[in-house]
Amino acid sequence: MSGCGAPQQTATLPANVDAGKEVVLTGRVVADGTPVAGAFVRLLDASGEFTAEVVSAETGDFRFFAAPGSWTVRALHRSGRGETAVTAEGPGIHELEIAVA
Amino acid sequence: MSRENVLVSAEWAEQNLETPGVVFAEVDEDTTAYDGGHIPGAVKIDWKTELQDPVRRDFVDRQGFEKLLSAKGIGNDDTVILYGGNNNWFAAYAYWYFRLYGHDKVKLLDGGRKKWELDGRKLTTEVTERPGTSYTAQEPDTSIRAFRDEVVEAIGTKNLVDVRSPDEFSGKLLAPAHLPQEQAQRAGHIPSAINVPWSKAANEDGTFRGDDELREIYGEAGLDGSKATIAYCRIGERSSHTWFVLHELLGHEDVKNYDGSWTEYGSLVGVPIEVGAGK
Repeated sequence: MSGCGAPQQTATLPANVDAGKEVVLTGRVVADGTPVAGAFVRLLDASGEFTAEVVSAETGDFRFFAAPGSWTVRALHRSGRGETAVTAEGPGIHELEIAVA
Repeated sequence: MSRENVLVSAEWAEQNLETPGVVFAEVDEDTTAYDGGHIPGAVKIDWKTELQDPVRRDFVDRQGFEKLLSAKGIGNDDTVILYGGNNNWFAAYAYWYFRLYGHDKVKLLDGGRKKWELDGRKLTTEVTERPGTSYTAQEPDTSIRAFRDEVVEAIGTKNLVDVRSPDEFSGKLLAPAHLPQEQAQRAGHIPSAINVPWSKAANEDGTFRGDDELREIYGEAGLDGSKATIAYCRIGERSSHTWFVLHELLGHEDVKNYDGSWTEYGSLVGVPIEVGAGK
């Protein structure tokens, strides 16, 4: 059984995940255009409540499996913070970029 | 219960990395976190391969726990400081195991890896080797562990605290949103449960909120302090975090963690399930 630990964050989906069924929110954390590794990336629901958190990969990549609706993605790193909002209408891959400063 | 007995700050930890009788242990599901850098002197405990039974769904038995701690070089008299990623979820889970098997000198590092990293404190890739011990565990203390039958019986009588996110509670999501959502179990929550996400108890840097704030959060959510409480989540690690808050920080006497949690309850045949947002 898979636990709740954060799986490795990659730009490509694992082979067992069906992007036709999952609402995938994926993207990169950047600072001045450079990827930021080790940022704590948090997904907040429409009411601002915590839904999940992952740590960005060496490439700055992060990924969430959400549901249709409005979401905020917030990144926290020693070098700064940033956030972005996204509305997902349905399944598929939604690409984001978060600049931290 | 005083906070100093169960929590240490990052400052304290940094000053006590080499204190005899103090052992730091990092607990993660993903051990690449430890391998990529950990607190100097800390040993690694792998939640999945070392704390869980490899075959049936349960955690390591008493002998397994003794063998594990002996191999890690942890003695009965050592003070164990647990920390980890995921806002200390799995460290809190391990803390609960240590208590279950009768190890009293155990504390959590407030904020875990996250606070340590945000503070820019030192990490090392040097693997810690400690001489083996012969650790003796106690019989499991089931006064802090809930099983499915007592959870069903607790509906409408005890406090049931669902610590998952509001979208998991309502049935919109089946797992925390860093995991794929196709899951075997039904969506929703145990009838009469209140929804107090674990994250309400933590600051954004992963440290626990103050006692007064915590009392207010659970009080406002309708937790009846005169009743026994069972906390659950999806697999029991986030609810260990809330068990820690209620039992260890706030000193509620009768608090159990239901480690079967939603992956068990949501798969049971015939039990009642409620869907929709909290009241």
